[in-house]
Amino acid sequence: MQYMLLIYSDENCWTEDEMQTCFQKSMRISEELSVKGKLISAAPLHSVTTATSLRVKNGKRHITDGPFAETTEQLGGYYIVDVENLDEALEIAASLPPAEKGTVEVRPLFPLPEKSQN
Amino acid sequence: MENNSNLNRQLSQLYKEQSGKVLATLVRLVGDFELAEEAMHEAFSVAVESWAKKGIPTNPTPWLISTARFKAIDSLRRNKRFSELETDIQQLIHELEEYNQEIGQQEIEDDQLRMIFTCCHPAIAPQIQIPLTLREVCGLSTEEIASAYLVSPSTMAQRIVRGKNKIKQTNIPFVIPQKSELSDRLDGVLSVIYLVFNEGYAASNGDSLLRVDLSNEAIRLARLVLSLLKDSEVMGLLALMLLHESRRYARTDGDGNIILLENQDRNLWQQAYIDEGTALVQQAIASGQVGSYTLQAAIAAVHTQSTNTTDWEQIIALYSLLLQVEPSPVIELNLAVAIAMRDGAKAGLNIIDSILASGKLQEYHKLHSARGELLARSGQITAAIAAFEQALALVKQAPEQRFLVQKLAQLKSQ
Repeated sequence: MQYMLLIYSDENCWTEDEMQTCFQKSMRISEELSVKGKLISAAPLHSVTTATSLRVKNGKRHITDGPFAETTEQLGGYYIVDVENLDEALEIAASLPPAEKGTVEVRPLFPLPEKSQN
Repeated sequence: MENNSNLNRQLSQLYKEQSGKVLATLVRLVGDFELAEEAMHEAFSVAVESWAKKGIPTNPTPWLISTARFKAIDSLRRNKRFSELETDIQQLIHELEEYNQEIGQQEIEDDQLRMIFTCCHPAIAPQIQIPLTLREVCGLSTEEIASAYLVSPSTMAQRIVRGKNKIKQTNIPFVIPQKSELSDRLDGVLSVIYLVFNEGYAASNGDSLLRVDLSNEAIRLARLVLSLLKDSEVMGLLALMLLHESRRYARTDGDGNIILLENQDRNLWQQAYIDEGTALVQQAIASGQVGSYTLQAAIAAVHTQSTNTTDWEQIIALYSLLLQVEPSPVIELNLAVAIAMRDGAKAGLNIIDSILASGKLQEYHKLHSARGELLARSGQITAAIAAFEQALALVKQAPEQRFLVQKLAQLKSQ
């Protein structure tokens, strides 16, 4: 079963050093998961200041500078993993460095039918 | 006719005892709550007909599980919803058909434990864990749970469905947690049980006649967990609940007014519960691993033992230990009261004032009423009245309000 781990933390609470350490640890975790065939994809995101939000109303695009909601913790990266069950996904989430600084939200991916028969 | 009603009584008793077991094993076998429940209910209806003719088998659990297993296979074959997952379903049907070994006692017990841990999984909100456990483990109906918590059956049904969907959609595993997690996860289970108990204990008067006795369900649940998992804190919690329960009929008068421990009619205490609770406390302490529930139970046990004079020395020692295990200002407050009982009101007041000075428990009515009591005992009547008035302004429960009003009237007439 596939889960998305969404990583939220306050962008401003990271020092340069912490950022580096987190990056290295995260790379290692990704490699380990990848070797076991449990990683679908993962990436850090640029700062929330780079976010652009869009809504289409009556066929017209409304584009704004910034995230969809201003929050104290921002989405900073994600993992998509393929594991046995929620407990295994939570185990991975707990090993991620940002879990100690912010929040990791774990969401199951809605399974799509393999390939349409018709 | 008499035989028939006798059989019905036996069956409803059996349902209460067996449905949790049957369901737990079925959930493991079929991997789906809804399908398992449906199959279990069908198995019980087959049982009603079959047992009316042939009598109840000596070991009904495997009979029910086996019958339900075939009902699940039938239902899987009929069900077109799953057509897109054809291969998985074929595989499951095949496995269920092949599963012909006798299900042993140990397996049934492990399945029950899996069910408890699944329903109390921390990924499920506490207000959903509780009804889910009462429904799936204790076998209460949605209507019974709804009336116990004074919400409409449809609201309660929604909560239970939300819980089951969370289990299904996020694939919460049906397992007993690994050793490294077991104690954390068990804490979660115990807190669900204690919340159920307290709900029942707090609602013990008024219109409770028609409501399911949640305190008894909590005690039953703790007994079940203890039978499956010999853990000192499970013993501690069961002991704590039994010791509280033992005083149920003595702690309020006919009008629901509070009667303090020292004024309770001890003839109304249920000695069997006290004996069992005390024995469990001793057993838990002997295990060497003493946790918060065990310490609270030990304190309750000391209170039930003393006939005339309470052993405050021992109570102070236990509260001090409890404060180390679980630092909390409420426990500090209890310790202060115990110290006042041993060393006089002044000693207790000093501690209470330092709790207040640290900014804690300022809105907690029990702190102000304890403070009022100690001030009154040390002759500071005006200050005592002010403290009780503060408590009265903060308290929400009607019986405690009446208690404080009475107290204030007494002091003002002095």
